[in-house]
Amino acid sequence: MIPLPWYLLLAAALFCIGAYGVLSQRNGIVILMGIELMLNGANINLVAFWRYLEPGGATGQAFALFVYAVAAAEAVVGLALIIALWRTRDTVILEDVDLLKG
Amino acid sequence: MPTALLNLAWFIPLFPFLAFAAIPLFTYRNRKLSHTLVIGGIGAAFVLAQIVFWRAVTLPVGGGEHAFESTLIHWLSAGGERFTLGVYVDPATAVMLFMVPLVCLMIFIYSVGYMNFGTDEVDPRYSRFFSYMSLCATGMLGMVVFNNLLAFFIFWEIMGACSYLLIGFWYEKKSAMQAGLKAFLVTKVGDMFFMLGLVLLYSEVGSLAYRDIFSPETLEYLAHTPFMGTQFPLAAVIALLLFGGTVGKSAQFPLHVWLPDAMEGPTPVLALIHAATMVSAGVFLVVRTFPLFAAVEGGLQMTVVAAIGIFTAIFSSIIAVAQNDIKRVLAFSTISQLGYMVAALGIGAYVAGAFHLIIHAFFKALLFLGAGSVIHGMQRGHHHARENENKHHEQAPHAVGGRVTANPHEEFDPNDMRNMGGLAKRMPRTFWTFLIGGLALSGFPLVTAGFWSKGEILAQAYESFPVVFWVLAAAAGLTAFYTMRQICMVFFGQSRTNAAEHVPESVPSMTVPLIILAVFAISLGWAGIPEHFPVIGGLIPNWFHYFVGSTIEAGHAAEHAAKVVGHMSKAVHGFVWQPLAMGLIFALGGLGLGWLVYGWKPMQAGEMDRVEGTMRKVWLGWLYEAMRDRFYFDEIYQATFIRGSILLADLFYAFDHGVVDGLVNLAGRFGRSVSRVSDWLDANIVDALVNLAGRAGRGISEVSGILDLRVVDRLVDLTGLGTRRLSDLSNVVDLKVIDGAVNGVGDTIQAGGRFIRPTQTGRVQDYLLLAFLMVLALVATFFVILFLQI
Repeated sequence: MIPLPWYLLLAAALFCIGAYGVLSQRNGIVILMGIELMLNGANINLVAFWRYLEPGGATGQAFALFVYAVAAAEAVVGLALIIALWRTRDTVILEDVDLLKG
Repeated sequence: MPTALLNLAWFIPLFPFLAFAAIPLFTYRNRKLSHTLVIGGIGAAFVLAQIVFWRAVTLPVGGGEHAFESTLIHWLSAGGERFTLGVYVDPATAVMLFMVPLVCLMIFIYSVGYMNFGTDEVDPRYSRFFSYMSLCATGMLGMVVFNNLLAFFIFWEIMGACSYLLIGFWYEKKSAMQAGLKAFLVTKVGDMFFMLGLVLLYSEVGSLAYRDIFSPETLEYLAHTPFMGTQFPLAAVIALLLFGGTVGKSAQFPLHVWLPDAMEGPTPVLALIHAATMVSAGVFLVVRTFPLFAAVEGGLQMTVVAAIGIFTAIFSSIIAVAQNDIKRVLAFSTISQLGYMVAALGIGAYVAGAFHLIIHAFFKALLFLGAGSVIHGMQRGHHHARENENKHHEQAPHAVGGRVTANPHEEFDPNDMRNMGGLAKRMPRTFWTFLIGGLALSGFPLVTAGFWSKGEILAQAYESFPVVFWVLAAAAGLTAFYTMRQICMVFFGQSRTNAAEHVPESVPSMTVPLIILAVFAISLGWAGIPEHFPVIGGLIPNWFHYFVGSTIEAGHAAEHAAKVVGHMSKAVHGFVWQPLAMGLIFALGGLGLGWLVYGWKPMQAGEMDRVEGTMRKVWLGWLYEAMRDRFYFDEIYQATFIRGSILLADLFYAFDHGVVDGLVNLAGRFGRSVSRVSDWLDANIVDALVNLAGRAGRGISEVSGILDLRVVDRLVDLTGLGTRRLSDLSNVVDLKVIDGAVNGVGDTIQAGGRFIRPTQTGRVQDYLLLAFLMVLALVATFFVILFLQI
């Protein structure tokens, strides 16, 4: 059986790739994809810990499912925001969106 | 071990899957390599499937407990539940394994020519197309070989996703994009029921493996346990829920609306979806779970299945008569034939339904590919005709005007059969193969496979279910009629447009698959000739019946099913001539009538459709229009479900706007009123009090003023002098020390602000980066502290 740290490394790698995407990409949709990667990195952690530490219960899987639900909701809101952005400002490049500038 | 070879079934879905995965990862840019991989993948699957098929036939494997099941591997765990996965080969699997890879292989080879490989017009997403097709084949093969309903469902959904991707393949076209979405959403309605059925089944039985759910004890239990206190047995409820999936996938009424719209996809896709894979999957689901359907004798579920089947069969063949789009006719014909199969299963004619499923896949793939060849030719011809015309224009710009030719600016529809005619001479190979497919579809006696499979269904319906028999026979007549109409309009008579005059024959990569499929459309029927058929019956054993029939009759695991089916289909055990005669009359009558109406005197350009003309004469024009517009189902769904969901969305919007926003605004308004009240209080009461105090103070000060002047002033003057000295001193301190300090603080803050300000870019990402760095810093701190403690 593959040892637990491998899964954790995979999860960390996925999370970092996602985080890098979120921080470095300009396209709003790609950023959303990065967020999904981060969520799935977390999911791998949850499921891996469940499998190795508490295989009898269902907590880890239940949490992973919960994360999926949240991710779906997040995608809905995020895409709606991007569509709204596209309609009002004609761009999905988040660098061009700086209404918060002080 | 005699069954060792059957383990090869594991690898059947693997090769198409590898081909699918390799394209986006490695070979996307190389078109030739991409299609070679995909064809190689399905070719490998084909070879393996043939090995498994022949092995399964020669053993032979049976149904139920006599089926082959490989060693199981541990697959999924959910909580304490364990799922295992294995391959499962019984006769139904085996015959599907014979059909699916073969038809897929033909379609893939054909696609090379259809997507214009090697010409300038090659599709820009050529490689992607092959990748999707390969995934779709994976879905179908995986669905067939594995041993439980969960894997079945997963692969079924893979196919659902593929149908979305493939129907909407030319997504630049809005109608194609919408058709893909429609196919996906409508089939999902059915899949929802399928999934509920699985949930119910799992919660009752605790397993989804075929071997467990079709064991006699389980079937017994399911047949005799009422569902949640109602009078329906669990088996019936589960069977009906599973049948919901079939209704969606196999486009049965009322979820048939997606299939005609699927015409927007590239034609090989239609062959793949309508013949070999998706739609067969729905019927295959019923075939697979038939013991559940048959577990309750004379139950409601069988009646529902049969009723939906016959209604779909008759009503879609009526619609098909009034369609002018070559692919749409075939689409409705597919719906109707699927209705046939479902009806057959509904009356317990399990073997006949499965037989028709296999035969239909071959001839319908043949017809769709033939139609694709025609359309492809029409596009070429149109192109060619237009080029000629342009040349003509250039040479003699004034000579135009004699004959009105196709206006190049007018939208030309290469699918419209009214634009065709006389193609038999120009594309002979397409014509002959299409003719064979058409005759097989109509059930032309003796030579075509369709005759044997349809005949078997009719024969089984005849004795026990007269209603089913007559409706199906009428549908068979209509089928023959519209098939003949189509053949006449496309291939006979004079060309009705310039484009049709310039149609070239298609390339060999398209016609060779047509010829191979045509061979099967004829010869496959010989596997299922009833033994009691006059003269030729018994020359070739009714192999299909023995083999597939053993799924139910030999497997004592499905004893109930055998009982029910045996009871239901007595007809098969002796030859009865009436259904055969009726089938012949309807098939030949339909073909003959079609020939009389459309073939005797070919249609001219611009002529009204003959059926339409006749119907208008007898004041049935409204009915024809209803047929042409598919009995307005799309409009009805638009008005109810789609309009309904839009209304619901509007309602939610109104709720959001009215209630949620209203509450927020209310809170704001409340705050504002509070402040206004306090403002008034301030102005009127607090100020009055303050003034009163002021006035009192003034009175007191006047009194004290007198005292002041006399007594205090003296003293004050004295102290004043002292104080001035002191204040001079403190002034110096004030200016230098305190002001300095205050200004210093201000300056520091300003400088700090100037320093921090650039971080406020307004870009969320920059803020995130900052947060991220902070987290990193915190983590670093944490570790530093950790180390220090150690």
